Amino acid sequence: MSDPSRSPGSPGPGQRPVEMGVALFVLALGAITMIGSLQVGIGWGAEGPKSGFFPFWVGLIIVLASARNFWRALEISPARMFAEWSQIAQVRKVVIPMAIYVALVPFLGIYVSSALLIAGFMRWLGRYGWLMTLVISIVLPILIYFTFEDWFLVPLPKGPLEDWLGL
Amino acid sequence: MEGIGDLLHGFGVVLSWANFLYMLIGITLGVIIGVLPGLGGANGVAILLPLTFSMPPTSAIILLSCIYWGALFGGAITSILFNIPGEPWSVATTFDGHPMAQKGQAGEALTAAFTSSFVGALFAVIVITLAAPLVAKFALEFGPAEKFSVFFLAFCSFVGMGKEPPSKTIAAMMLGFALAAVGTDTVTGGLRLTFGSTELLSGFDFLVAVIGLFGIGEILLTMEEGLSFKGKATGINPTVVLQTWKGLPRYWFTSLRACIIGCWMGITPAGATPASFMSYGIAKRSSKDGEKFGTGVIEGVIAPETAAHAAGTSALLPMLALGVPGSPTAAVLLGGLLIWGLQPGPLLFVEQKDFVWGLIASMYLGNVVGLAVVLTMVPMFAAILRVPFGIIAPVILVICAIGAYTVHNNTFDVTMMLVFGVVGYFFKKCNYPLAPLVLAIVLGDKAEEAFRQSLLLSGGSISVFWSSSLVTTIMALGLVALLWGGISRALNRAFDRRSRTA
Repeated sequence: MSDPSRSPGSPGPGQRPVEMGVALFVLALGAITMIGSLQVGIGWGAEGPKSGFFPFWVGLIIVLASARNFWRALEISPARMFAEWSQIAQVRKVVIPMAIYVALVPFLGIYVSSALLIAGFMRWLGRYGWLMTLVISIVLPILIYFTFEDWFLVPLPKGPLEDWLGL
Repeated sequence: MEGIGDLLHGFGVVLSWANFLYMLIGITLGVIIGVLPGLGGANGVAILLPLTFSMPPTSAIILLSCIYWGALFGGAITSILFNIPGEPWSVATTFDGHPMAQKGQAGEALTAAFTSSFVGALFAVIVITLAAPLVAKFALEFGPAEKFSVFFLAFCSFVGMGKEPPSKTIAAMMLGFALAAVGTDTVTGGLRLTFGSTELLSGFDFLVAVIGLFGIGEILLTMEEGLSFKGKATGINPTVVLQTWKGLPRYWFTSLRACIIGCWMGITPAGATPASFMSYGIAKRSSKDGEKFGTGVIEGVIAPETAAHAAGTSALLPMLALGVPGSPTAAVLLGGLLIWGLQPGPLLFVEQKDFVWGLIASMYLGNVVGLAVVLTMVPMFAAILRVPFGIIAPVILVICAIGAYTVHNNTFDVTMMLVFGVVGYFFKKCNYPLAPLVLAIVLGDKAEEAFRQSLLLSGGSISVFWSSSLVTTIMALGLVALLWGGISRALNRAFDRRSRTA
């Protein structure tokens, strides 16, 4: 996402490289769709069109539309900004904890991970005191536990803590 | 009229204390969802859908559709009091709604918004009551080619009517079709596009995509904008409500026009957002106080709100009668019908009379209950926005994660949700529309099935799509919709030239 041609003092990444990147990303997905379709056959089989027939054309349209989007992205003025670095930093403050959270859920279960996520947010972004942080980050997952496991009867992923508690 | 009899029967199905309770819960939850950033109608329904699998379908759809009505109502609260559109379709409401609140007329603006929403929805429900059975009866005779042509028309409308560049709409939409194709081929039962990954065997679930794209993506956008909620006082009380109601009939023509625009845009899946903008634009151009629009005139609240609600509600007509949803939320509800084992489409009106008419009856009641709930509880809902973002944001993230997990009881879906969220953020920032992407994921398999069956019947000749007058007409309408951007530009140019020479 960073653009090496810009000085580090610039207020943020340009819209142009981001749009180009998104167009290439979608184009790649279209190409993958076409390759996958070719593997299962795109022609006419015993039961009519083969499995890859429809997705192959879908993939081709994605590639063509993305090529056009890439072309249009080239015309965007380099001066147009995607977002300010400070704004990108704000977004990262959600994406990074969320990525850690998603990685933790299979091991710690959803309750412990959620408590950590809420606590992290409150300390890091909300600048709350420890007492407030601890109370909310522990009470909310317990509320969620009773809502889902007892009321809706929907089991959510659990980890070592729940095993240890015998839940 | 057999419709009236069916409707009365529907009221009989719906009128039970349990269903009334579901209605209240649904509306309240819906308004909260509509008020909070990152939780919208589509996403809220998607998160709660897995929890309703054990409920009887009629109660489940009442709960979920009431969440939808609630979310439609809720968008207006944040627009007017906080100048933050809780939903994309309430953006146009901020233009005059927030200036009214700044002038100290928040109560009037809210009353006008809620009442207009109610009027719009009621108009749309009446349209559904009268038209849906006819459309369904007509559609009963559809073969695969006709079915495909309806899908074609629906998707072409996105390309032509959307304000995004057509190549981006097409790319996003086709990406949805590609995602829908991953996993088991519904026609032959074979696997495809999994590239040996066991996680992809069951394909991409649209619920996970909706929660990621609309939920996580929205949170990321909210973070980027660094929102601080500074709201105006609500100032709503019975006197203000009655006073405003007295003034409203004066704008009956604006309302009626907004209803018609809304229904049109909702049934052709252009959606509530363009409907609200279009209605606002036309009202501004044709009103005698046109130049005062934007400074806080009540007409500028009535026009977009009526149209948005009419569009949001009428989006359910094609979903019920044809199995083609008119909005992302309708698409999620359609997915719900499939999971409950109901086949959306014309047969629903024959085989599941209780369900369909129960749902339609609940639309009438749900909107009445909704109006009462929002008018009385606005201050409470506005208070939710005063909870600091540092607490609300992680809670919404956790709710989204739980919603994604419960779709298939699979933690891989939670990872996919985050991926969809990041993609959604970039797509939104780069002006790729998300609604056609979601609709394509929901309808991908059905559209493909119709396409392949049509080809099978014709022995592989593509001419099956202009073999009868009905198919040809729908396909031609689709092409017009597809090229509408270019056509309207050409018409405008011709019109300009003529007016200049005249």
